[in-house]
Amino acid sequence: MTDFDFLKQKAFETRKETLNLAKISSGFRLASSLSSVEIFIALYYGGILKFNSKNPKLEERDRLIISKGHGSISLYPILADLGFFDKTELKKISQPDSFLGDIPDTRIPGFETINGALGHGLGVACGVALALKNKKSDSKIFVLMGDGEFYEGAVWEAIMFAGHHKLDNLILIIDNNKISMLDYCKNIIDLSPIEEKFKNFGWITKKSDGHNVEELFNNLFSLKNNKDICPKVLIAETIKGKGVKQLEGDVLCHIKSLKNEEIDKAIKELIL
Amino acid sequence: MNNIENKILIRSMRDVFIDALRIKMKENNRIFFVSADFGSPALDGLREEFKDRFINVGIAEQNLINVAAGLGLEGYIVYAYAIAPFITMRAYEQIRQNLSIASQINPINVNLIGVGAGLSYDMSGPTHHCLEDLSIMRLLPNFSVFSPSDWKLAENFIDYSINNNNPKYLRFDSKALPAIYENIENLDFENGFYELAKGDKICLISTGYMTHRALNTAKILNNIGVIDIFMLKSINENSLFDKIKNYKYIITIEEGFIGNGGLDSLVSKIILDYQSGIRLKRFGINDKYVFELGDRNYLHKLNKLDENSIINEINKLS
Repeated sequence: MTDFDFLKQKAFETRKETLNLAKISSGFRLASSLSSVEIFIALYYGGILKFNSKNPKLEERDRLIISKGHGSISLYPILADLGFFDKTELKKISQPDSFLGDIPDTRIPGFETINGALGHGLGVACGVALALKNKKSDSKIFVLMGDGEFYEGAVWEAIMFAGHHKLDNLILIIDNNKISMLDYCKNIIDLSPIEEKFKNFGWITKKSDGHNVEELFNNLFSLKNNKDICPKVLIAETIKGKGVKQLEGDVLCHIKSLKNEEIDKAIKELIL
Repeated sequence: MNNIENKILIRSMRDVFIDALRIKMKENNRIFFVSADFGSPALDGLREEFKDRFINVGIAEQNLINVAAGLGLEGYIVYAYAIAPFITMRAYEQIRQNLSIASQINPINVNLIGVGAGLSYDMSGPTHHCLEDLSIMRLLPNFSVFSPSDWKLAENFIDYSINNNNPKYLRFDSKALPAIYENIENLDFENGFYELAKGDKICLISTGYMTHRALNTAKILNNIGVIDIFMLKSINENSLFDKIKNYKYIITIEEGFIGNGGLDSLVSKIILDYQSGIRLKRFGINDKYVFELGDRNYLHKLNKLDENSIINEINKLS
């Protein structure tokens, strides 16, 4: 039985730790990293993702490619908490002797790929999915993408490819926070209805509140165990900057940095 | 080995390479072949035989590279295949992030086969000519760049490509060409070049198709050296300098843009690094695309890459 109160507690702590990281490095994408917190919690603490923190390259692990690389700084405290690397590393984020940068790379135990440039993760995941099938592996390949990445044409090459090749070991999670760098996605090029688009390419789709750990867990569990011969996508409806009043609802929150006193205030205002 | 008269066997390097690869795929089930809807007579057999390890991604070079990178991450040896200008330039960022940058931390064995070196798709015009690839692919850290002048070199590169765990670019001509090399089973690809003829004051340094031009030129004139560079990256610079240090003139000949990072840049860097007084003359395509229509010989004449143009320049030197 999954303890959802425990997951909520972990989400609260992760959000707090991510804000603390923003006091050390003001350069990373805070708002984008806050929208994906509960997705990471469900994957890592909910037991959806098979991993071994002491042997991150374990062949039997599930793979996770984070295509929105910049928006995954909230994974740093999670990986440290789970023992992928020492917690003292967090205090050195973006310092000269650290491997934790404003955009993660593969020197960090637990990161499979480097994804500073957007729209690449799903295509690479298609190759991983083919490889796992060839190995007759039970492992799954998860991908986390931001909705803003859908403007990259290569993403659609990969969506078509995965559908055609029935990559049933591939599970895509869209952190659908609805805001790109300069505007709401619906004002740039409206992506809706995103679910219908995936259905047309032969994917199984599900939608979830992207901040409700129980709903996220149930949907991911269901997709991971779904035996249909096709790729799967979970559209997680999220809020960019979730949990921080100054970021939530600000269309330009992607590029917003907070002063230390604003961060302290935001931490005090976090709700479990 | 350096019998420059050996011009009997005319074959396509891509077909010879794919035939050799097909044998390797039988022995080694960790080899994948991914194509961006591009074929060859030899490929028809391979894709029939290895239905589970041959993938056609469609006309989608970006996804070609990404799928290849994903397979490479999982430890597979991957050959990604497309027309040269498209596999390099359409997908340059995929190559940069997912192969070049990525393999600096975790080695990946992905081999990009680009068919259509230089002007080999002569009649197809500037979109299908590939004059930039030597420069832009040499630029990428962690990459090897292989530019064979004949099918024997291409065939012998198979083992090297399987055994060296890094991304590579293989620049193949689209035309069938005569063999230059003989008995090269033990060729050292790490050395990166081969001296086909020794000369007196002048040495021609060429790559790919242009090595055939260089050899023709050397047959007409006396005492001209010929060096074929087949690894544009990386080459043993000490060893190459040792071969060229006693020449007065070096002439580089390439079917690509000159002055911007290709073969001429490779050679001029070595001359500069060794503070040598060797004089350098460069043949290649100047800063313009080739719209004119005609066969390769005609296009070479227009761009002063034919034997007569090269000989005229040489006569001015001596």
